[in-house]
Amino acid sequence: MTETLTRAVGMPVTRIEGVAKVTGEALYAAEYPLADLAFGSVVQSTIARGRIVAVDVDAALAMPGVLAVLTHENAPRLGDAGDADICLLQDDAVHYRGEAVALVVATSLEAARSAADVLPISYDEQPHDVVLTEDHPGLYRPGHVNPGFETDTEQGDPDAELAASPVTVDRRYSTPTMQNNPMEPHAATAVWDGHRLTAYDSTQGAASVHRVLTKLFDLPGDAVRVYSPHVGGGFGSKGSARPPVVLAAMAARVVGRPVRVVLTRQQMFALVGYRTPTLQRLRIGADRDGTLRAIIHDAVEQTSTVLEFAEQTTVATRMMYAATARRTTHRLAALDVPTPRWMRAPGECPGMFALESALDELAEACGVDPVELRIRNEPPADPESGLPFSSRSLVACLREGANRIGWADRSTTPGSRQDGRWAIGLGVAASTYPARSAPSTARATAQSDGRFVLSITAADIGTGARTALTQVFADEMQAPMQAVDVRIGDSDFGPAMIAGGSMGTASWSWAALLAAQALRAKLDECGGAVPAEGIDVHVDTADAIGAMSKVSRHAFGAQFAQVRVDVETGEVRVPRLVGVFGAGRVVNPKTARSQLIGGMTMGLSMALHEESTIDSRFGDYTNHDLAGYHIAANADVGEIDASWVEEIDHEVNPLGIKGIGEIGIVGTAAAIANAVYNAAGVRVRDLPIRLDRVLVG
Amino acid sequence: MREFEYAVAGDARAAIAAARGGARYLAGGTNLVDLMKLGVETPALVVDVSRLPFDSIEPTADGGLLIGAMASNSDVAAHPVVRQRYPVLARALLSGASGQLRNAATVGGNLLQRTRCGYFQDVTKPCNKRAPGSGCPARDGDHRNHAILGASKQCIATNPSDLAVALAALDAVVVIEDDAGPRRIPLSEFYRRPGERPDLETNLPPGALITGVELPALGVAARSTYRKVRDRASYAFAVISVAAALEVREGIVDDVRIALGGVAPLPWRARRAEAALARVPATEESFRVAAVLELDAAEPLRDNAFKVPLARNLITRVLLDLATASGATA
Repeated sequence: MTETLTRAVGMPVTRIEGVAKVTGEALYAAEYPLADLAFGSVVQSTIARGRIVAVDVDAALAMPGVLAVLTHENAPRLGDAGDADICLLQDDAVHYRGEAVALVVATSLEAARSAADVLPISYDEQPHDVVLTEDHPGLYRPGHVNPGFETDTEQGDPDAELAASPVTVDRRYSTPTMQNNPMEPHAATAVWDGHRLTAYDSTQGAASVHRVLTKLFDLPGDAVRVYSPHVGGGFGSKGSARPPVVLAAMAARVVGRPVRVVLTRQQMFALVGYRTPTLQRLRIGADRDGTLRAIIHDAVEQTSTVLEFAEQTTVATRMMYAATARRTTHRLAALDVPTPRWMRAPGECPGMFALESALDELAEACGVDPVELRIRNEPPADPESGLPFSSRSLVACLREGANRIGWADRSTTPGSRQDGRWAIGLGVAASTYPARSAPSTARATAQSDGRFVLSITAADIGTGARTALTQVFADEMQAPMQAVDVRIGDSDFGPAMIAGGSMGTASWSWAALLAAQALRAKLDECGGAVPAEGIDVHVDTADAIGAMSKVSRHAFGAQFAQVRVDVETGEVRVPRLVGVFGAGRVVNPKTARSQLIGGMTMGLSMALHEESTIDSRFGDYTNHDLAGYHIAANADVGEIDASWVEEIDHEVNPLGIKGIGEIGIVGTAAAIANAVYNAAGVRVRDLPIRLDRVLVG
Repeated sequence: MREFEYAVAGDARAAIAAARGGARYLAGGTNLVDLMKLGVETPALVVDVSRLPFDSIEPTADGGLLIGAMASNSDVAAHPVVRQRYPVLARALLSGASGQLRNAATVGGNLLQRTRCGYFQDVTKPCNKRAPGSGCPARDGDHRNHAILGASKQCIATNPSDLAVALAALDAVVVIEDDAGPRRIPLSEFYRRPGERPDLETNLPPGALITGVELPALGVAARSTYRKVRDRASYAFAVISVAAALEVREGIVDDVRIALGGVAPLPWRARRAEAALARVPATEESFRVAAVLELDAAEPLRDNAFKVPLARNLITRVLLDLATASGATA
């Protein structure tokens, strides 16, 4: 790389669209002004399993403003898009409580909601089963776990090693159902022009929604266009097409005018995908000095009867630490519940809560410092594959984090430090997330006015991706950022990776890099003279990604928590979190820090608050709004110190980007739970760390 | 949400007449509007009483304080007399909701807040309070946040108000107006236990309008506080709260007021504990014994038994802190 290439990359650049967002100029999916717009209101099932006997649409149709009521009896037939969750209104079966069973379309949102509220639906209700248990009779071994990992793995003879280990830990941990609640609810507006469909969708992947819509509505690729230039968060729940865009497109076709569908906050609890509850068992055998001999990590989780989704809860255990032998398993029960889907760091997030809690218990059993225990079990290569790590900075992160939190002052005796009514303590946990890239296409244009344009179906869900891509593209064009435009969120720009799996910026930057290189080559060919119509190049990273070397690519980090526990009430406060990450090249320190702080905050929220409670008799959540489903409030969040160690990794991708969207949430909950133990001597193995669990524990 | 008519009340008379015809009063709207969106409340007519002239905070002839029903939570909490002479009230208000909500919410509306029971708020589920006779799923369902005292077979929902807990401790009087003119109802008689009729939450006559709350002149109130334990550090309803005022003379409890929130269908005045503390040494042991006595009557359910030790610890701690603050422990 030449000197000029690093002018913008690495600089703390302020979010490009920030002003547009705070002034309201940036339009979100439900904000496009369209003539003759109609509004759809989703009607949800009030049973968890059974059949719809009848929907009495006449009264609704007679209400003022109501244009149509879509049900399984009259909704357009949909093609197969490979996602049964969005194959909506196609038959009379009800698979879970809260399933979309009708859509009322009216000339105003108020009219649509009024009619939807009173739409009479009669059901033939059948017994349902919504409670996951460790010995559920329906448990089975899925063919693979998300997105394509092996279900079970075994290395050596873990049972024999465990039996021969002088120190063992055998503990059960659980994480509850957790709900995706991005600030912007899932929303879409659909417009048909003859046989052409335009959708404004709140999605993490306009290209992915485009593909799905072509299949559902049997349309050629050029007949569908999906826009998502601004998206108010997703966490994975907007990683695939969700009900609003499908319902809006169906309804718009039926009523012959544009239709907008916005989910209410309450509806999101059933319709956008959530994190499965997990029941986990960790068995660890070690020598007295803490050297690991056996790790057995078993996870039990749920899916729906609609679609199989198997969270990859134990995959991190396959590569985190050296051990003589190990086994990891996943078992699923298909319940009468909404399908669990992606939520920030699926797999690593709940799995590392259990593994890192168990390691803390092992450290105490061995009398070894928890930081030292992890360093002692640092593997020379990926234990699962035997491949070398492209880079691995866990030890550096642990040492830096220990330094920042003041680990040396930690008491090794739980419950021995007091500050007024508060018991105080420190905890640590490791963090990890895979560093991957996926094929993306991009178009780069040199305009005759001297500006350069990058067009790519990327999504900025609040991460700063648009800004990061602008930095990368500008540098590679050897141009100031002001001279380049990065256009995203339009499926007409061609296939690209979604904003998911912490792969967005890594994948799109690669395409931006190739596009800029190709454009510069073409500019060189024509001596720099740009014709009036501009110069265009189109690139695809598929070949380059296909040719990548075989190494193990992961980001690592260390999370430290300082907590205060009121032992009289069980209240837990977290005045300080320290996260140090080794995540490759950081394109934009300002937005990167924001991502890591966001992840750690969400991890804190998971540790202390987040929990969907279900009433098995109704098969329904009892806390389906943000008053009942608690997310950390400002007062819960103290100082968050997020930073990274220098890490140059040319094997992850040409720019050395590992992705930072998810690693921030991995390990936070374990660090807090471990700190609560250190502070108060109470080990909470079931999240969240509610005050009643600390009080009676 | 159903369509409804909206009218602004010109005066109290007009508002009361409309309410007698079935209208609902709208003040801050922080609870009513939510419930209308949920379909729990479906008034045909909403009468806006927020502009009626009941928002002042003034001394009363006998040395107390009259707080207008339309005074905002923020204004009451910031009022110098409230802060100085009734700190428990300011702290209770400031522990509730968020800054934005406290600016909108009113004293009168706060007293009539409905329970946050998840079954009550979900019209697709049974609830004896919302739909009398339909059943109470909370008793065998999700009841971690429900009552341990004063509940009935029909209803175990808790009253969510922080303000009402402080007012219970202060022996406040609710001033109302209806067709018969102005009247005064002591807070201790304002709320009903659910019994067989959990849908009836107060003894407010039909159509009556709350115009104010009167605080008596109460010396002990100057040494009072409010402590709220909740599932997150702010913006959450109480799991347990304690409003208390304590006067200690020469190591002996001279006057004490204790009320609990989050434990009952109404703000719970802890009279047994107060009686046990009459003229006893102000010690941690005394406070704990009194708290245990109060909670003897508790009938915890499967998932809320933790509220018993929590309430015991919290009562003890709050009284001890009050005693310590006045430098008056025995």
